[in-house]
Amino acid sequence: MNARIDVRKTYKLYIGGAFPRSESGYSYVVNDAKGKFMANAALASRKDARDAVQAARKAFPGWSGRTAYNRAQIVYRIAEVMEDRRPQFVDALQKSEGLTAARAEKVLDAAIDRLVWYAGWADKITQVVGGANPVAGPYFNLSTPEPTGVVAIVAPQESSLLGLVSVLAPVIVTGNTVVVTTSHERPLPAVTFAEVLATSDVPGGVVNILTGTPASTAPWLASHMDVNALDLTGVAGDAETAASLEEAAAENLKRVRRAPAAEPDWTLDPGTDRMTQFLETKTVWHPIGL
Amino acid sequence: MADKETTRTVSPFEYAPAPESRAIVDIKPSYGLFVNGEFVDGTGKAFKTVNPATEEVLAEVAEASEADVDAAVKAARRAYTRVWSKMSGAERAKYLYRIARIIQERGRELAVLESIDNGKPIKESRDVDVPTVAAHFFYYAGWADKLEYAGYGTQSLGVAGQVIPWNFPLLMLAWKIAPALAAGNTVVLKPAETTPLTALLFAEICQQADLPPGVVNIVTGAGETGRALVAHEDVDKVAFTGSTDVGRAIAKAVAGTDKKVTLELGGKAANIVFDDAPIDQAVEGIVNGIFFNQGHVCCAGSRLLVQESVAEEVLGKLKRRMGTLRVGDPLDKNTDIGAINSAEQLARIRELSDIGESEGAGRWSPPCDLPSNGYWFPPTLFTGVSQAHRIAREEIFGPVLSVLTFRTPHEAVEKANNTPYGLSAGIWTDKGSRILWMANQLRAGVVWANTFNKFDPTSPFGGYKESGYGREGGRHGLEGYLK
Repeated sequence: MNARIDVRKTYKLYIGGAFPRSESGYSYVVNDAKGKFMANAALASRKDARDAVQAARKAFPGWSGRTAYNRAQIVYRIAEVMEDRRPQFVDALQKSEGLTAARAEKVLDAAIDRLVWYAGWADKITQVVGGANPVAGPYFNLSTPEPTGVVAIVAPQESSLLGLVSVLAPVIVTGNTVVVTTSHERPLPAVTFAEVLATSDVPGGVVNILTGTPASTAPWLASHMDVNALDLTGVAGDAETAASLEEAAAENLKRVRRAPAAEPDWTLDPGTDRMTQFLETKTVWHPIGL
Repeated sequence: MADKETTRTVSPFEYAPAPESRAIVDIKPSYGLFVNGEFVDGTGKAFKTVNPATEEVLAEVAEASEADVDAAVKAARRAYTRVWSKMSGAERAKYLYRIARIIQERGRELAVLESIDNGKPIKESRDVDVPTVAAHFFYYAGWADKLEYAGYGTQSLGVAGQVIPWNFPLLMLAWKIAPALAAGNTVVLKPAETTPLTALLFAEICQQADLPPGVVNIVTGAGETGRALVAHEDVDKVAFTGSTDVGRAIAKAVAGTDKKVTLELGGKAANIVFDDAPIDQAVEGIVNGIFFNQGHVCCAGSRLLVQESVAEEVLGKLKRRMGTLRVGDPLDKNTDIGAINSAEQLARIRELSDIGESEGAGRWSPPCDLPSNGYWFPPTLFTGVSQAHRIAREEIFGPVLSVLTFRTPHEAVEKANNTPYGLSAGIWTDKGSRILWMANQLRAGVVWANTFNKFDPTSPFGGYKESGYGREGGRHGLEGYLK
């Protein structure tokens, strides 16, 4: 009996809810942890980055305008769909990160649980960081957090799934939209994750995923005038690149989360700062009187 | 400008001059820097500060050199390590309460000096600036021993380098120094080149309060001094209020460092008037929004968006009200609009206003006698302004209002948000649900509904987009000074 020839997947970008190839036509070889060929991934270009920003901007009013309860349900839905596709992610993690099956299961557990944790924050963060201000006069005065806008994220290079989820979930759950560049050497779990997003009621454009090298897209995202904030977590340990990206980001006063010295331990309690760093405080005044 | 006769027919009231006495202030011929609890001579040159209402030279002030800035940072570091970071929050609080009380005690002196050096009307420095300054210190004093409840941890940063503008010299000083000290940091503060005097009087207040030497250091000077302070490698925190251009330069200068930064920058706020607004109140709000402090306000309501159906009525009433504004001697208690802070700023206001005219907008000012000496600009409005006009896009930072119209709430939002800035906005309508809808849609850090230009120590202030980042005031204001 002849062995069946398997049908391989083309790994593409995820922009505006669709899966295009890079408009540049470039791709790059992605090997597994043992150095064996796995796939050709799309090498995102400057134009792809700009298309992604445009898609993120277009999605922002709708996503930020949804109720917090609705965003909570959608982020929870991402976790549900991931759980449903466990074998696929375990396989991807084993190949990409060279993990044992048991370790890959644990990492996936943590990624799914992190999504559930952040999902619950959607309708709680406002009460935790906002509130009424007792001004000295007859005024109603209330401060509430609002999403910063379009956030560009350089995702962690080592932790291709748990790291990605850990930088992405806190940013979208509050209503921001995102353009994220994946781990360069381990981009495939992110593409699989994009397929989860596409089937989890996350509106197109809320998350846009670019595979490739940080060098081919990050400078354009850092200097893009319609990007409001920049997370440099994935530039960990490269102080020079991080400084040049931060400098480019200054042009339109982007909020910048600086690169850490080394990639964080993603198993630790994440805290709230990845949410609060990409929130703006709005304070509304109104007179009180008869 | 118009003759006396016209002014009389426009203005319904005649007032005799009611000047506040300046005898209460004692301006020295020259001032040094305040470093490590003492006034010291700078090693650089000196510059003159003038009264913008008369062009009279008030004093010579030392321009801090890089070496002077270094000495101040060293003093702040010493005070941080040896004294301030070791002191309990409860004790730090008492120093801040002391400062708040002395500001109240010397309020009149501070107000008069502020009006002389800055040009703002005494009624504003006396009734707004100085009381708010005292309140700010009093408010943050109470946080010093309650940081563990604020949600930002209790670990101070170290030495804060702070650069403030000339429009609210003392108030901006308070916004910077009070939270920094409450959180346990020490500071080196650079006041603006044209308004150094009240900061130096504040230094005297620190001495009276027996604040430990080096906890507050004041270095006077211009851009170079500010650059040296921001770039100093032993500064852990940079706080700046001023123009977006300088804010951008600071953001670039600190890129790649560990410095924590908060920036409160420019604005081009929309003040939006709907057809169901209480028009007389709205007119007062428009006047307050753009003519308060000569329009030298980052959150000034410099773009009036008025619904087409009431545009004529609003403009008619606004012009009549503008005709009653008294422009003149800042120390006169009846003065509504004082002097423009500097010749340089006056030139910028003139330039942008001329551009407004040449781009085709209609310029109008009430008949208005301006003093012959000093820097003055009449309250001015432009009609027929389009969104592309430079006077609708750029911050003029003067008593100049650009008037645009709209038909629907969606169009108002579209126009209001069509700016790289996002500091503040105003809404005037009687409909509650519309206020809340508008407040949600506007991309601005402070939204005033049926009021404008209100400030309070408990209320966080700061911008979206290119108006900067970080908040000053309230619990939120502590975040920028804690790890």
